[in-house]
Amino acid sequence: MCTTCGCGTDEVKIEGGNTGHGHGHEHVHANGTRHSRAHDDAHRHHDPAPLGPGAAAVGDQPDARAPDAGATRRVQIEQDILARNNAYALENRQWLAGRGIFALNLVSGPGSGKTTLLCKTIPMLAGLPVAVIEGDQQTSRDAERIRATGAPAVQINTGKGCHLDAHMVAHAMDRLDLREDSLLLIENVGNLVCPAAFDLGEAHKVVILSVTEGEDKPLKYPDMFRAARVMVLNKIDLLPHVDFDLDAALEYARRVNPQIRVIRVSATRGDGMDEWLQFLRDGAARAAAGRLATVEHLKRRIAQLEARLAALPSAADAPAEPI
Amino acid sequence: MHEMSLAEGILQLIEDAARRQAFSTVRTVWLEIGELAGVDPQALVFCFDAVVRGSVAQGARIEILRVPGAGRCLDCASTLPMTEAFGECPLCGSHRLQITEGSQMRVKELEVT
Repeated sequence: MCTTCGCGTDEVKIEGGNTGHGHGHEHVHANGTRHSRAHDDAHRHHDPAPLGPGAAAVGDQPDARAPDAGATRRVQIEQDILARNNAYALENRQWLAGRGIFALNLVSGPGSGKTTLLCKTIPMLAGLPVAVIEGDQQTSRDAERIRATGAPAVQINTGKGCHLDAHMVAHAMDRLDLREDSLLLIENVGNLVCPAAFDLGEAHKVVILSVTEGEDKPLKYPDMFRAARVMVLNKIDLLPHVDFDLDAALEYARRVNPQIRVIRVSATRGDGMDEWLQFLRDGAARAAAGRLATVEHLKRRIAQLEARLAALPSAADAPAEPI
Repeated sequence: MHEMSLAEGILQLIEDAARRQAFSTVRTVWLEIGELAGVDPQALVFCFDAVVRGSVAQGARIEILRVPGAGRCLDCASTLPMTEAFGECPLCGSHRLQITEGSQMRVKELEVT
């Protein structure tokens, strides 16, 4: 683990370098911690946003008295254990929103067909730019498979880590030349447990379940199915050949998450891909519309301020009016 | 084993507090872990002991306050206790339940010197 800011572990590797620590431009967080990173361009995940209401909790002010050696005292903390991750995730989400990028966090057990789904999806997206972040414990095989489709991809190797976190993703985003109004697909480490708890800054988690895995997965791993907005049921072309109760799978998924949307696909044969692609395009269109609305809002605000400035008796001499 | 990441998260909060509050040793850490948070308390304590070696929290005792799960039925609006992340409404039989309590993971308080 980075001993200065505590982010990541020494084992985490991101293609094109390590997590950015130990070289490059050292900088100082708002809270006084320092760390180094490879790029100094976007400045988007330097200073995690304040940890939200309650972050500066009761008793959190520096104690005026010198601590009495040996005497015990109580310190109120009252913070979410994942506060740091959530702050990085918020920064990622705001950065993505500012650029109109629709980001999805794809989660599943190993072997559900996530990478194949992505490899089949990318060529069908015609006109919608897409980039991919691949998470695995070891190897860059998945990122290479994605790049073979023509899409930019960065591999994160988590070493012994069982999930991606928001800080790793921020570093990976730095290494991708992400375009405005595009799609970012983040393929998490194959694991139906741990990634559920870690917000990466995505718009939605999408859980992929394949019909070769058994219909009771939603009940066995409810946290993941509860965290997901969409369940992609993959490999439906194999339904005639496997003992998989489709109705039960849907019922179990809705039992743990009444709001979950189910999209049935066969990535290899192409069934259901139209619905999946439409979901991606709709999300990307909403993200782009959100960015445009922000830009329009800012333009109107600038015009208002310029009008106020022009109305001042003498803009050059008068002290600036507080805005 | 995301308990290892959670243990690192706890240590970060402790080290932030140690800088602000100028303490050098942590005796006790009080955590609030909901029954529906998907956390194994034993694994968390094990990971915490490993992660805090050489830090201000080395040797600190962990006290975990478990918060029982509770939910609300989206169909009949009754409230009910929950021991798993899903269930069945005892009044109307619906599975459309929303968790209202028991998914939190918080560091509450430290005893320090």
